[in-house]
Amino acid sequence: MPHSQREISVDPQTQYRPSPTRRSILAFAAGLPLAGTLAACGSSGPGTSESDSSGGGSGTGASFWTLSGKPQEDIRKQAVDEFNASHSDTPIEITLFQNDAYKQKVKTALGAGQAPTILWGWGGGGLKSWVDAGQVEDLTDFFTENADLKDTIFPAAFGAATIDDKVYALPCETVTPIVMFWNKSAFEKVGVEPPQSWGDILDLVPKFNNAGIAPFSLGGQSRWTNMMWLEFLFDRIGGPEVFQAVFDGEKDAWSNPDAITALTEMQKLIEMNGFIKGFASITADSNADQALLYSGRAAMMLHGAWTYGGMKNDGGDFVTGGHLGYMNFPPVDGGKGDPSDSVGNPAQYLSISAKASDDEKAAAKAFLAESQFTDSIQQAWIDSGNIPVAQGSDSLIGSGEDADWLNFQYGIASGAKSFAQSWDQALPPTQAEVLLDNIAKLFQMSITPQQFASNLNAVIGK
Amino acid sequence: MTVGPAAPPVLPAAAPRGGGRRGPLWWLVLPALFFFTVFGVVPLLGVVALSFARWNGIGAITPGGLEAWRAVLGDPGLLHSLWVTFEIMAVSWLVQTPASILLGTFLAGPQRYRGFLAVLYVVPLLLSSAAIAVTWKALLDPNFGLGAGLGWSLLSQNWLGEGGLAVGVIIFIVSWQFVPFHALIYQGGVRQIPRSLYEAAEIDGAGRVRQFFSVTVPQLKYTIITSSTLMVVGSLTFFDLIFVLTAGGPGDATRVLAVEMYQTGFLGNQMGPASAIAVIIVFSGLIIAQVIRRLGGRDPSASQLEGM
Repeated sequence: MPHSQREISVDPQTQYRPSPTRRSILAFAAGLPLAGTLAACGSSGPGTSESDSSGGGSGTGASFWTLSGKPQEDIRKQAVDEFNASHSDTPIEITLFQNDAYKQKVKTALGAGQAPTILWGWGGGGLKSWVDAGQVEDLTDFFTENADLKDTIFPAAFGAATIDDKVYALPCETVTPIVMFWNKSAFEKVGVEPPQSWGDILDLVPKFNNAGIAPFSLGGQSRWTNMMWLEFLFDRIGGPEVFQAVFDGEKDAWSNPDAITALTEMQKLIEMNGFIKGFASITADSNADQALLYSGRAAMMLHGAWTYGGMKNDGGDFVTGGHLGYMNFPPVDGGKGDPSDSVGNPAQYLSISAKASDDEKAAAKAFLAESQFTDSIQQAWIDSGNIPVAQGSDSLIGSGEDADWLNFQYGIASGAKSFAQSWDQALPPTQAEVLLDNIAKLFQMSITPQQFASNLNAVIGK
Repeated sequence: MTVGPAAPPVLPAAAPRGGGRRGPLWWLVLPALFFFTVFGVVPLLGVVALSFARWNGIGAITPGGLEAWRAVLGDPGLLHSLWVTFEIMAVSWLVQTPASILLGTFLAGPQRYRGFLAVLYVVPLLLSSAAIAVTWKALLDPNFGLGAGLGWSLLSQNWLGEGGLAVGVIIFIVSWQFVPFHALIYQGGVRQIPRSLYEAAEIDGAGRVRQFFSVTVPQLKYTIITSSTLMVVGSLTFFDLIFVLTAGGPGDATRVLAVEMYQTGFLGNQMGPASAIAVIIVFSGLIIAQVIRRLGGRDPSASQLEGM
């Protein structure tokens, strides 16, 4: 207590050095009596621009909100620490939030004018809603000035950061494709080979069911898990143009004949009992869908590359013993899509608040330009089993036990003709909610492909 | 006019009518009124105002006229949510009320072991709805739950994956959670019934079953009204349990009004329509509470103990 009080009583005279957040925490720790002296600090939360009240003092840092969760948060902290070591006059103050709480937290903070300087995000429709509200900075010029940085990043990652030809976010961190995982032991037990086409998949379903193994694991209650299937079927059958038309707001885009074919094929697989019993009540958050695959109750699973780490940790020797197989989603016979196409998270995104002060924006831009693609950060992402969104990052993979998996991911990420962003991230939230709702109903067989299309046509452009 | 004589009668006149004794009491309501206004009425007015606006939760709030109401009332999803809400409300009332009355009457007995059981029954009340939902979800998991673990095919149904079953499961868990609470209310009610009524009934030759239906149940009338109001109005706002357990699924089979409101507002970013749904919830609650009060007779302060 005496220590913190001293720090506080000194602060007002020295015209606040860097860390605003820390001081506001100390203010709470010190209790009410000091509140009066601190009122001038404007300690109403992270992101309040203190430089205004400091009267052009010795510069200021920037606040940064991002997600918690291991191992990502350690790497995020590492990037901040490395940056702060060389920019002690304009440090970045990091605050971590739990994934599900974050979307709401940011929305509330933006609405209340309390946003941090640097915002972590998923790009796409969510970013567009920030842009439409005039909350984030246009970074197009930033990328012109930092052409090297731009050339480092996979070009496909910019799609979800670009709105009306302007770039509003820095693609960073990792690229995570959605891939088809399969349990080699289950395939050996039934004596079949992994599918090479959609037709193979349909042929495999009865064989696994007869052997008492569910063909596919699925955490259907989470809804976006079901969506991954449609994303691939739409692409393989009609090519990326089908969803692009929806994204562009073309009238009746969901009624495209290829879309109807994809939806019909989807329901065919569900009717054949292609998915584990009770999939509609399984959530992906609980990792039960992964457990079904590594415990051998299900033979295959379509899921994000991020599940690899979970299966490695929880699945005993499933991953380390070489029982996990993986491949890109197989082609559909006669389909128009390129078999190299992929979907998933092209990157994560950092944006800068339009409401921040100029000093804060300058500090934030320096952070964006210098912190995310250093060799040590790229290596840290690789070591955590992920692929950085950087060209040539495969040279850092080395020959560890996950080298095959990492090279496979890099191959998909760098070789995909089209790397689409997940639909629910790409669409604006209102459309995304209707989409997820109707996908859940489609998988319950309570609506037909035609009803699905007309329900969604009704919200195109909203 | 003479002021002298006129003034004194005022005070004595007020006192006999009880005004003097009520006088100091009115300000006791102020703290409650203040908090109710600040945290109840003002936000409610805000919600009503928002239901006539267009807002995505981030940008500017713009007036939207009747747009939100038209969207909500024209959406078949609302009718479905209303239906699911009332289905859960009605069935869970039908299940909970008899069970609570019986359990409450049982617990009202003076025996020691009943006091011990009363303590045990209260356990579900100590858990938060979210904790209850997570636990039941794990138990009912079709692949890793109780049924699969014990190998009983009867237990390993697709409990939360089929619409009808999921609604049934929710009603069961709600009852499991709240029957002890209502049993406590009834226990108190039963203990208030004067012994002499039972003695009189016994002299008239009534058996225990007859005593229960002719003395206990009628005497519990107002307890039933209180408990039913709590049950029915409470089930309008069920959110946490359902959201964690099924998130409104499978499909939209268990999407009650509160979940519909959350999904519209906080996932779909449409605060206008979400506010309209909130207003519908509030007014349904008020109307239903009034109806139940009316059903219990016009004058709830009338005594059941006349002649005692």
